[in-house]
Amino acid sequence: MRESTIMQIHYGTAIAAVALVAVHVLMRLTQGFADSLEYENVLANYKFIPYAIMLELILVLLSIHGFNGLRVILLELKQGRLYEKAVSYGCLAAMIGLIAYGSRTIIITNMGMV
Amino acid sequence: MAQISSIANEQTSTPASSSKSITLRISRYNPEYDSSSKFMEFTVSYQKWTTVLDTILEVKQYFDHSIAVRYSCRQASCGSCGMMINGKPRLACFTKITELNSNVITVEPMSNFPIIRDLAVKFERMFESHHKIKPYLIRDDSEIESDTKEFLQSPKEVEQYIQFANCIKCGLCNSACPTMATDSSFVGPQALAQAYRYVADSRDKGKDTRLKIIDESHGIWRCHFAGSCSQVCPKGVDPAMGIQLLRGYLLGFRS
Amino acid sequence: MTHDEHKEGIRGMANPRRYGIERVAYWLMRLSGLGLLAYFVAHIYETSNILRGQVGWDELMEMTSTTEGHIILTLVIGMCVFHTVNGIRVMLGHGGVGVGKPARPDYPYDPASQNYRHKIGIYSAIVLAAVAMMYGMAVMFGE
Repeated sequence: MRESTIMQIHYGTAIAAVALVAVHVLMRLTQGFADSLEYENVLANYKFIPYAIMLELILVLLSIHGFNGLRVILLELKQGRLYEKAVSYGCLAAMIGLIAYGSRTIIITNMGMV
Repeated sequence: MAQISSIANEQTSTPASSSKSITLRISRYNPEYDSSSKFMEFTVSYQKWTTVLDTILEVKQYFDHSIAVRYSCRQASCGSCGMMINGKPRLACFTKITELNSNVITVEPMSNFPIIRDLAVKFERMFESHHKIKPYLIRDDSEIESDTKEFLQSPKEVEQYIQFANCIKCGLCNSACPTMATDSSFVGPQALAQAYRYVADSRDKGKDTRLKIIDESHGIWRCHFAGSCSQVCPKGVDPAMGIQLLRGYLLGFRS
Repeated sequence: MTHDEHKEGIRGMANPRRYGIERVAYWLMRLSGLGLLAYFVAHIYETSNILRGQVGWDELMEMTSTTEGHIILTLVIGMCVFHTVNGIRVMLGHGGVGVGKPARPDYPYDPASQNYRHKIGIYSAIVLAAVAMMYGMAVMFGE
C-alpha cells in the first residue's frame, strides 16, 4: 500500500475517532460518572445495538490509528529491510489481534452470553 | 513581516576600543586516531562584531593550526561553516559572539552528518538525497525551441518558489530535524524543500515524477512538522512551509 | 547512535528544547500517542472483564476506582485532549493551512510557517488539556 494512502487512512481514522470517542466519554458524564460504570448500566450499553456498533467502530479506528503511529515511530528508530517488514507486519498483527479481542467482548456481551 | 527576531538582538554595547573574552570549547575528533571526541578550551577576546568563525580562525592561527574547519565566503552565502554552536546548528560566520549571551561557546560538528575531522563533516548523504528528487527543470522541450528563446515567467510565478531557491545547502536543517536524528533513510528537509522548489516552478513539468519519489515510507511522510528546520535556516528558506505545501499535493488539497 | 553517521539518536529526537514550542509539541505528541496506545490496549483488556459477569466487573471497578486509578485516568484525559487538539493543528498544517505564503525572504529571515497561528494552536492544546484534566479530577474525586 502506498504511504500516502496509509497516511490518508491515519488522518481519516483520527477525525472519525475524535467524534465517536467524544460520544463515548459524554455517555459517562451525562449519566453520572460512577453510575455509568455500574455493571447493569455498562451491560445495557453493550446490549444497545447502535452503541455496540459505535464501540466496535472506535475499536477499529483507534487500533488502526494507534498501531500505525507506533509503526511510524519504530520505522524512524531503526532501518533495514528485515526490520521494517517485521515492524509493519508486527503492527498489523497487533492491530488485528486487538480488534479481534475487543470485538469478542462486544459481540459476546451484546448477544447476552455473559 | 514585522517580527522581532533574536538573531539581531545584542545584549552588550561594547565600545570599539575595549574587548572582552570568552572561553571557546572546540570539539576535537580524528576518526583515524581517536575513539571519541574531546573538547579543547581556548580563551579568546571578542568585540561587538566578532563572529564565532572569527574566534575559531583566531584559535587556528595563534593556538592550534590543526583544527579542521570548513569555511569560505564569511557572509552566509556559501553554506560551508555550518556547525553546532551551543547545542544548536548555526552558520559560524553568521553568528556573533554577543548574540549567544554566554561566556562559554561550545562548537561541535553538525549532528546527523558523519565527521571527517573536528568540525568538518561529510555531505555525501545530503547531496544524494538532493540528487534523488531531481533538482532540475523537467520538461520535454527546451527554451531554444520556444519563440521567445526563454521560458517566460511573471513576477507572481517567481514569488511562488524563489524563497526555496535561496537554499545554500548548508545542512543546518538536516542537522536540526528530529527525524534525521534517528532515521538514516529519511530524505531530509533540504531535499523536500528543493522538491517543492521545482514543483512550484511554473516552468517545470516533473511534478508527478517528484511526488512519486517522495511518496514512500522514508519520504515526505516522516516529516511531522516539528519546524526545527525552519527555526535554524539562515536564509529564510522555511523548509517546513515547503514540505507542508508539497504534502498538500499528495493529500489532494492542491492539484 | 552510530558514531559513523554521527546521528543524535533517540536523545536528539526526544530532546524538546532548543527549537521552540513547535519542537515541544512534536515531543508531547509522540509521548501522548504512545501513552494513549498503552492505555487503549489496557482499556480493551480491562473492559473484557464484563465477560466474567458482575463479580469480574466489580473486581475491575475496585482496582480502577482508586486514587491511583483516577490519577492515571486524569493523565489519560490530558494526553487525549492534547493529542486531539494538537493533532487537528498538525493535520491542518500538513494540508498547508496556516503555514504562510511563499514570499521573497528578507533579513532577519523569520520563518513564516512558525507563526502565531500555530503557536496559539499549540498553547491552546496545552491549556485545554489542563482544563480537561482539572474537570476530570473534579468529576472523579468529587464523587
